[in-house]
Amino acid sequence: MGNAADQVFVILERWLVGHAPAELQPILSSLLSVIALLVVFASLFAITTILERKGLGRIQNRYGPNRVGPFGFLQPLADGIKSLTKEDIVPHAADKVVHFLAPVVLVVAAFSLYAVLPVGRNMVLANLDAGVLFFFAVGSVMELTIFMAGWSSQNKYSLLGAMRAIAQMISYEVPLILASVTVIMAAGSLSTVTIVEKQAGYSGILPHWFVFTPWGFAGFVLFMIAATAESNRSPFDLPEGESEIIAGYYTEYSGFKFALFFLGEYLGMFAISGLGITLFLGGWTAPLSFLTWVPSYLWFFAKLLAMIVIFIWVRGTLPRLRMDQLMNFAWRFMLPMALLDLVTAGIWHFLAHGIARWILCSLLVVVPYVLLGRGLTQGWKLEKRVYRFAE
Amino acid sequence: MIVAILTVAGAVAAMSLRNLVHSVLALTLAFAGLAAVYLQLGAQFIGFAQVLVYVGAVAILIVFAILLTRDTSATITVISGSWISGGIVALAIFGILAWTVDHSAASQGSTSLHPAASMQQIGNALMLQFALPLEIIGVLLTVALIGAVTLAMQENKETK
Amino acid sequence: MTPLTSCLLLSAALFAIGLAGALMRRNAILVLIGIELMLNAANLNFIAFWRYGPNPEALTGMMFVIFSIGVAAAEAAVGLALIISLYRHTKTTNLDEVDSMRG
Repeated sequence: MGNAADQVFVILERWLVGHAPAELQPILSSLLSVIALLVVFASLFAITTILERKGLGRIQNRYGPNRVGPFGFLQPLADGIKSLTKEDIVPHAADKVVHFLAPVVLVVAAFSLYAVLPVGRNMVLANLDAGVLFFFAVGSVMELTIFMAGWSSQNKYSLLGAMRAIAQMISYEVPLILASVTVIMAAGSLSTVTIVEKQAGYSGILPHWFVFTPWGFAGFVLFMIAATAESNRSPFDLPEGESEIIAGYYTEYSGFKFALFFLGEYLGMFAISGLGITLFLGGWTAPLSFLTWVPSYLWFFAKLLAMIVIFIWVRGTLPRLRMDQLMNFAWRFMLPMALLDLVTAGIWHFLAHGIARWILCSLLVVVPYVLLGRGLTQGWKLEKRVYRFAE
Repeated sequence: MIVAILTVAGAVAAMSLRNLVHSVLALTLAFAGLAAVYLQLGAQFIGFAQVLVYVGAVAILIVFAILLTRDTSATITVISGSWISGGIVALAIFGILAWTVDHSAASQGSTSLHPAASMQQIGNALMLQFALPLEIIGVLLTVALIGAVTLAMQENKETK
Repeated sequence: MTPLTSCLLLSAALFAIGLAGALMRRNAILVLIGIELMLNAANLNFIAFWRYGPNPEALTGMMFVIFSIGVAAAEAAVGLALIISLYRHTKTTNLDEVDSMRG
């Protein structure tokens, strides 16, 4: 029973494909998977927008959207119709072709990220030998589309936003990749499927996820910070800081193209969370050994939703950074920590199992963290702020 | 075949467009096309590394350089002596290369299909047989990074 | 036409285009782009010979390309830094105007 529920989509796909002529079967099979991915993640996008608005509303002590449908849950539909029917304004000075291409390429790249994410057992579109590398390669294409958008608008705010976005994404790509390399080293593979399989075992009731090791935990935290920066979300949302540069690189976009940017950004966030889940949180494996009967794809999406909640929470809690703080944080803190984490993972691999390994590796992560944190905050005036007029 | 045409078109556009940013975008098209060719040839790792390094890093570096050095004098290409001789030299080299490729014995040789190299093999080769070159590349990249930063920073220190 | 021949022809075309660009355009950045194209053409040759050569299990061609990509990245970084500092001194990226060393 558990197995059948687990594989229901795989079996369904095989059954559907079985009716087609033999030469069409591979094409049909991948087409079905692509359509499924498109539908699932596009609807997840709709759900997330409403969740985010309601969640942020609650954090800020207000209701959030509650007019359209029950509890406002049809709001994404209304938003979609609105953006579809709005006038599509292209600035006169804009570079028309590039201005049009940027959102399209962004969304295509964002969707192709999902090709290597295993959303369930036997449920991956392309089990590439170099899956993680593919992910980062496609991710780097997204940077270029942001530049295209900002530059082609011929608007100084757009250009500033794009330059900020690229500087930020390149800086945080380094710790992001280094944090992933720890896992790649431990799993001995670049294939996302193999990485998940390596984490599938259980000791007692606890799973063998990489996050439950000192280096894995540090790597996960670094990965998630870098992922927040990569997906341009608060507190790293300088590229679109509306109090400074209007809306950054999509200032000049309206109507459906703006919706495409919005979609691309959220898809990028889901994809990078999905990669984080795959690398550190065991992908589709169950968190406790007696819960393995729950279908694997449900676990993946449960973890994904948990990550989204964390993203929303962080966005509602932390203030936006300044550009120099952002860069200092990336190069002075994230990069050394990621390198140390890499070394720690190597030491962990070659030490014998036991408590000594845990203590040594935890020390290797915690001590530099404390020292680095202390060192970097020296000279900061960290006392309670006095408000002269707000009393 | 389509990929090859796209690649060549991207390269031609990169070298002939007036607008610098356009030519960089065309260049990325050429790089992506090359990556696709690598994938077709079974070199998965190289293909993705190509996209990561060239589209993700080199193209963006070039874009930054273009925006930092916005040239006030428009780059109007005048047909000069060097222009014509450059074209002739390039055409001649293409002609010679094409003729050699067409007539050489190597290209008539084995065309049998070989299995693609797995990541495992590449990793082993990099870490065992080619460990020293890998380390040297690491040193080279570090030196290049420091050198690039000092070169680009130099002026700032003097003016401040 | 064998696959190897078509690969080599593509690479020859890319090399010629890159060379033409490097020789014909006067903008320093475009010259650098041309050089990058030529490097890529060489990489394609390595991959093609690795793939259709007598012993592909040696992986030598592939390794060469990996290192060559690394060198190309370093070269691009240093080259662009040079161009930027050149621009700071002369306010131009047109190579014909950079002639202060002319005797």
